[in-house]
Amino acid sequence: MSLLHLHLLSAALFALGLYGVLARRNAVLVLMAIELMLNAVNINLVASALFLDPSRLVGQVLVVFVITLAAAEVGLALAIILRLYRNRGTANLDEINLLRW
Amino acid sequence: MSVTLLALALLAAVVLGGGVGVVTARNVVHAALFLLLSLGGVAGVFLLLLAEFLALVQVLIYGGAVVIVLVFALMLTRSQDFAGVQDNPQWPLGLLAALVVFGVLTASFVLWKPTVQPPARVGFEEVGRELFLRWAIPFEMISLVLLLTLIGAIILAGERGGEG
Repeated sequence: MSLLHLHLLSAALFALGLYGVLARRNAVLVLMAIELMLNAVNINLVASALFLDPSRLVGQVLVVFVITLAAAEVGLALAIILRLYRNRGTANLDEINLLRW
Repeated sequence: MSVTLLALALLAAVVLGGGVGVVTARNVVHAALFLLLSLGGVAGVFLLLLAEFLALVQVLIYGGAVVIVLVFALMLTRSQDFAGVQDNPQWPLGLLAALVVFGVLTASFVLWKPTVQPPARVGFEEVGRELFLRWAIPFEMISLVLLLTLIGAIILAGERGGEG
């Protein structure tokens, strides 16, 4: 197990999440893909902390912050999706064009 | 092939297989279950990287909270096209963009030759000391952000939210 293997794993997971964000139609599925991308970042941070940081701690502390922000983001985004669904009757991002010009 | 490399390969198969399931599943509930699989695999990767605290946090917060909340949202927004096609018409462009990003990241990681140190375990105590001494103020700020976000979510999703 080397740093490169972990970096490749996180790059692949990030690309998968990016594809999900760009290709999915349902807003909740887009949120799941964002979670995949955040987890790719977390793997990268922990691996870098283990192999590169002399104190081996900063990466882990940053991951705690990323996980907290991810939880906050999921809560707020789901509230917005529920409100949109109640107002417009759909969670399909192609039909939500309120902010498009 | 060492034991840790084999374990990493198995965990990577779980993580990436779950990820492919998340972004390709037709049924949205199946996508949520694939997400649970993938996040559990990430917890395993954290264990392999000697970060037990983060593995526990990952299982608690992602496995316990985030996936459940996502499933709740799926159930509350159950629409007519629930089991239909879930992809945009422009999904080939998305695939292209993802491949380009993967290529750039892979190339930079392969070309980058950092000097690595041997892995060593850091205990719960050290993580806690670092978190609550050196990072105490960012920690308080992030808890304030979480509190305000959840209050905002309650206001938005409440019965009269988004009207005034």
